[in-house]
Amino acid sequence: MLSLITEKTKKILISSKFRNLIFILFIIFLSVGLFEALILSPQDYIQSDSVRIMYVHVPSAWISLGIFSMIAFLSLGVIIFKNKNFVLISKSLAPSGFIFNLIALVTGSIWGKPTWGTWWAWDPRITSMLVLFLFYFLYLLSWKLFEKNKAVKISSYISIIGVINVPIIKYSVDWWATLHQPSSINVLSESTIHSSMLIPLFLMTAAFALFSVLIFLMKYNVELIKVKNKGLNRI
Amino acid sequence: MNLDLLIMNGYGLYVWSAFAFTLFNFLILYKVTSRQLIKEKAKFARKYETLNSDQIILAHKQSTNRTFVKTVAHKI
Repeated sequence: MLSLITEKTKKILISSKFRNLIFILFIIFLSVGLFEALILSPQDYIQSDSVRIMYVHVPSAWISLGIFSMIAFLSLGVIIFKNKNFVLISKSLAPSGFIFNLIALVTGSIWGKPTWGTWWAWDPRITSMLVLFLFYFLYLLSWKLFEKNKAVKISSYISIIGVINVPIIKYSVDWWATLHQPSSINVLSESTIHSSMLIPLFLMTAAFALFSVLIFLMKYNVELIKVKNKGLNRI
Repeated sequence: MNLDLLIMNGYGLYVWSAFAFTLFNFLILYKVTSRQLIKEKAKFARKYETLNSDQIILAHKQSTNRTFVKTVAHKI
């Protein structure tokens, strides 16, 4: 039963039709999201138009955190169950997570200049995001430096150790006095952001999530073809 | 042209550069990954061509191989 599910999931993951559908949805969400974020959404009464940077900064940060958590979870599966598909999935997720982390850092820095008067501050939230970036870098580097079996182990341990940083990032604004503002969107309590800003934020988040799925699918295909290539003439 | 949209109360440079950086990174990542995919598919097609008939029959037993063969069929 489990192998049947895995086989069906694999079929979807390598289907070019599914990839094209994700691409079309991404373009639609991105177009509407950009229009909402840059034109329709209102200015902030304190930050004025600089608040629009939020629409690229926040979704990037959310997705980079989400992807790293997924990689760590899958890596745990790799270590416990020795599942080869988990290896392919986590390896394919890493590049988009890395880029989203970079975008979050750079756009945060751009937002920091007009808001705080500085491009960079060694603030707990920003520093912990930089630490996550280093973990992503080490994860990707391990695949370049070591042969496959060693890389599987080392990259898995890097992500499992690195995931300790995820709750630190999340709660850094509550635990320490920081320049960074606390969360405006809360799952358990009421959000402190108006719907006119919440809608473009969710549209951009959906667009970015679709983009990360698209890159994941392409990368997964790259990795799977590599595996199949090695095995073809061994049959 | 509406200059207000560009200037954004003096924050235009910050806002537009943040959006441009994001979209530029998307484009680069998409291009790089897409190129890797094309390269690996071409490698697969080249290797598939060298298989003898028995190896082709065995390779076709795996559904993943069948799907990849379909996607690179025009190159074989």
